[in-house]
Amino acid sequence: MPHDDTDIGGGRSRFPTTRLSAVLGAQSAETEVRARSFEALIAAYWKPVYKHVRIRWKKSNEDAKDLTQAFFLRAMEKDFFDSYDREKGRFRTFLRTCLDRFVSNEEKSEKRLKRGGGGIVLPLDFDGAEAELQSSPPCGDPERFFDAEWVRTLFGLAIEALRAECASRGKEAHFRLFARHDLADSGSGRPTYAALAAEFGLKTTDVTNYLAFARGEFRRLLLATLRDLTAGDEEYRREARLLLGAEPEDPS
Amino acid sequence: MSGGPMLDDEVVRHLKGVVDLPDLSGTRYRLLRRLGQGGMGTVYLAEDEDLGREVALKVLFLLDAAGEAARHLLAEARLLARLEHPNIVPIHDVGTLPDGRVFYVMTYVRGKRLDAWWAGTPSRPVHLRLFQKICDAVEFANARGIVHRDLKPENVMVGPFGEALVMDWGVAKVRDASEAGGAVVGTPAYMAPEQARGDVQRIDARTDVYALGAILYYLLSGRPPYDASTGASVLEVISRRPPRPLREVDPAIPRPLQAICSRAMAREPRERYATAREISEDIDRFLDRLPVRAHRETPLERASRFVDRNRVLVYLVAAYLVMRAIVVMVTAR
Repeated sequence: MPHDDTDIGGGRSRFPTTRLSAVLGAQSAETEVRARSFEALIAAYWKPVYKHVRIRWKKSNEDAKDLTQAFFLRAMEKDFFDSYDREKGRFRTFLRTCLDRFVSNEEKSEKRLKRGGGGIVLPLDFDGAEAELQSSPPCGDPERFFDAEWVRTLFGLAIEALRAECASRGKEAHFRLFARHDLADSGSGRPTYAALAAEFGLKTTDVTNYLAFARGEFRRLLLATLRDLTAGDEEYRREARLLLGAEPEDPS
Repeated sequence: MSGGPMLDDEVVRHLKGVVDLPDLSGTRYRLLRRLGQGGMGTVYLAEDEDLGREVALKVLFLLDAAGEAARHLLAEARLLARLEHPNIVPIHDVGTLPDGRVFYVMTYVRGKRLDAWWAGTPSRPVHLRLFQKICDAVEFANARGIVHRDLKPENVMVGPFGEALVMDWGVAKVRDASEAGGAVVGTPAYMAPEQARGDVQRIDARTDVYALGAILYYLLSGRPPYDASTGASVLEVISRRPPRPLREVDPAIPRPLQAICSRAMAREPRERYATAREISEDIDRFLDRLPVRAHRETPLERASRFVDRNRVLVYLVAAYLVMRAIVVMVTAR
């Protein structure tokens, strides 16, 4: 996966917990708050947006890239998200509705920005997103697919946050163990604790403890990311229920 | 901006399980294994290390950073601790995990969930007798001012001696109190219309009566009154119209049982049975082949029930009449 990424509006550090969530921050009058909020929203949504445009609107790879870029740039310029009302539903649904309206209008007016023609280009890893799309084709309706992709992105962001957290606290081995065990894909299989202990030169009980630490932090960071991407307690709770496995049981 | 590493569906499923696992450090419980998952939370088998016994530990999806729901649940648990009844599984303990989720601890019941038990027990009278035990438990609690509010087959276990054990007492109230604006969560197929509408003020013992009717519907037909696979729309349908009549689902279901079910599940609470005991009494009448309160019989039904109830007498009278007829015919020749 290419790693030519840069962050919009500064480094990876997130806001302190007392600040506005990114959803509310995107409606703020303060330029800096808005910029940071858009950064968080783009990080969480660009991949679901790109894949939604590819699947729901059946756009080519290049057109979907252009539309994704244009959507977020236009959202920033035209204050799309200012009209979000948390009383009327989830932000995620609102954003998807904005996106569909945007793509529909672009199709009608044929004024879509040509690739690179809009000046600013957001540094998004479209090749990686496209590879994911090819390796894991969507099934079901586009709305569910969008939601599932959002959850996938959220987990991805939490993993990146965990990597940074472990590095900053000198616990790289904890993250490596977590990645080796909990991020093992279906093809490679999940190693046993005994195998991990041999591989990392640890006792089995250490593997248990390291994994418990990493998982606890992962959970905390995932919920913090979620809190940042929801507008209030009610939406946060509902989304947390989705993330905390209100779905068929995990066989593991 | 990459949006994180590439995660396949299996990894995402596994990570959901990982974040769902409770951190029980700092408690007296040790996690043993996952037992199952419902609309409100996940149930684990755990060991109470102080008492050396296995318990069922339910972790709610509810996040409770302020500790308000845990305090509420604790107050409920104190109340529920007084519910000593052979058909009630009380809450032993409640607490909050380090991540803010609320958990509570119950007796670990070794038995079958009502739906699994139903599938292996085809006898209707046995179903109805078990249903009466559920009614007994609900009546006992309702009489003490406690409304369950989340009665459904998933919350009833059938023990090894055929005893009904009703679980998850009082949790629904905590859930309602903690969800802003009376938001409706959980399995909607067994909810009363007032509950589906989020009309918390109108919830009382008759809400449980409705759910008992819905459980009876399940026991008679093998299916819930509403198709729960489409969550939000079920709530809307419940609010608007009654479920499909039982005899449309299975014409072999006796009309009096259909009537008992319909009365228990009436749209308006005032049109339902006033108590769980009243439903149980009507079931008793049905089993004793007496007229039930919920159903006005036709003369044919009354005659049929008379025959059914006095089968031996009817057979004797019939045999006598046949014999008389034979005697008359022989004499006439």
